[in-house]
Amino acid sequence: MSEITPELVRHLAGLARIEVTDAEVAQFASQLALIVDSVATVKAAVNDDIKATSHPIPMANVFREDVVRPSLTQAEALSGAAESESGRFKVSAILDAD
Amino acid sequence: MAKDQLMDYQKALETYEVVIGLEVHVELNTNTKMFCGCANVFGDEPNTNVCPNCLGFPGAMPAVNGKAIENSIKIGLALDCEIAATGRFARKNYFYPDLAKNFQTSQYDEPIAFEGKIDIEVPSGKVFTVEIERAHMEEDAGKLTHVGGSTGRIQGAEFSLVDFNRAGVPLVEIVTKPIYGAGDEAPELAAAYVRSIREIVKNLGVSDARMERGNVRCDANVSIRPKGQEKLGTRTETKNVNSLRSIERAVKYEIQRQAQLLSQGTAIIQETRHWHEDRGATSSGRPKSDADDYRYFPEPDLVPVQPSKEWIEQLRATLPEKPAIRRKRLQELWGFSDLEFRDVVNSDLLDEIDDTVKAGAKPQAARKWWTGEVARIANSEDKDITELAITPSQVAQIAELVESGKLTDRLAREVLTGVLAGEGDPAEIVAKRGLEVVSDDGALLEAIDKVLAEQPEVLEKIREGKVQAAGAVIGAVMKAMAGSADAARVRELVIQRATEK
Repeated sequence: MSEITPELVRHLAGLARIEVTDAEVAQFASQLALIVDSVATVKAAVNDDIKATSHPIPMANVFREDVVRPSLTQAEALSGAAESESGRFKVSAILDAD
Repeated sequence: MAKDQLMDYQKALETYEVVIGLEVHVELNTNTKMFCGCANVFGDEPNTNVCPNCLGFPGAMPAVNGKAIENSIKIGLALDCEIAATGRFARKNYFYPDLAKNFQTSQYDEPIAFEGKIDIEVPSGKVFTVEIERAHMEEDAGKLTHVGGSTGRIQGAEFSLVDFNRAGVPLVEIVTKPIYGAGDEAPELAAAYVRSIREIVKNLGVSDARMERGNVRCDANVSIRPKGQEKLGTRTETKNVNSLRSIERAVKYEIQRQAQLLSQGTAIIQETRHWHEDRGATSSGRPKSDADDYRYFPEPDLVPVQPSKEWIEQLRATLPEKPAIRRKRLQELWGFSDLEFRDVVNSDLLDEIDDTVKAGAKPQAARKWWTGEVARIANSEDKDITELAITPSQVAQIAELVESGKLTDRLAREVLTGVLAGEGDPAEIVAKRGLEVVSDDGALLEAIDKVLAEQPEVLEKIREGKVQAAGAVIGAVMKAMAGSADAARVRELVIQRATEK
């Protein structure tokens, strides 16, 4: 069983700016652990002969025409924002100008 | 902010060897974004070219812009790169509000192009071959505006405002291998390299290539090591260097700063640094390690890109000539001396002059106008020449008006001022401002006769064969015509008139 601690879930939720209750933290911790364990199971079955697969169906070169399609309006785009100002999303300042 | 101590540049180069590496981001000028059909336009109202995809809404599915793939392959080919037979997109995970998805769709271990090279000529005329490590496709991030604090910079900002119009715009990131041996020309080489990349993508037609709009952006890696030492020094990566002049200055600054630190026995910190154009200095950003963990993994929502050999060859056949070859051809075609031509290249006026010549101007006239009066005005207004509101076709029209004797140089400069002020095309300005040279000999003769009558002693001298005496008369006539006369024609007429009488 992987070590997905409640602290780790809270940290991730904080980074993603998602509010979580204690009940949710417990629920997500066990769900995330299950996912990580499943990956570990798959990993154990893989040897050097098996190529990494990112897509289950062997297909390539699926392209879109370079033609503009309607976008959302500014009001629609901002309708789900916690805060907005001058047509932009308003977010907390993060000290890292990268 | 504490001021960095800098070692004298020449002294730094006596002791240390410089190694640079350049990462150039090129924004493609496709109609739409990389993974959605939102318009790729600069300067629109904020958050009006956005959709569930580029806003990172759950469930939105990306769809690759085929034109962006084509343009990326062209860039790779123009840089003499191999094109990957199969390539994938990868998610680069990070938490920062400039991308709403919390990851950037990029390429990791399978870039579309790799192992290229390009010859770069520096102002001294020396040519360096810069090796390209890779060119990969990715998407641009949104634009953050930091509000509050004293400087508008992120330090001390109270909050940030995000515009996602740019999020998802196709980018190609071109990464060089470490560049050795440029010595004291490393700063010029860095700038000349970016100039060449800009020229290539512009001539390919795949990017608007306007640095002031961020279409071409450069991060400069600089490290130094004591001469003779094999181990590379610790490098810094300077971001936000967005003009050719800044690139040159930033690289030079880092060399001097690092040399001073090493000579004092202080270790260089591997970090991101920011370039500040206003004070001509870099400042410390965040520490950066090679092990920055972006948890890259193959993008599960997109299938691999596998350009066929036929497609690649078809695109190769459409490539314009390489910058070095184009330069050689143009110099021969125009008959410029090495000095004249280098001046044009280093002033970034090659395309302008090429277009002006194509619009009908004589090469030397085109060169004279762009490197002379237009450059002078740009300089005095502290602007990039491309920011001035004048087109090559308008310069060609002015040159043509001078060539045909309809304008004197002085009048032409006035027309130029009018064009820059947005008064219209040269011909309109000539008409509106009444600037055309008086080519009506009648009007000139009238003025000449008047002046000769006022200065009988001069008339006498000319008759005696002292032709240089005519200067005074010509000057007076030009003044009477308010400068709108062709001095050579006036001279002819003065002498003709004086000897007739």
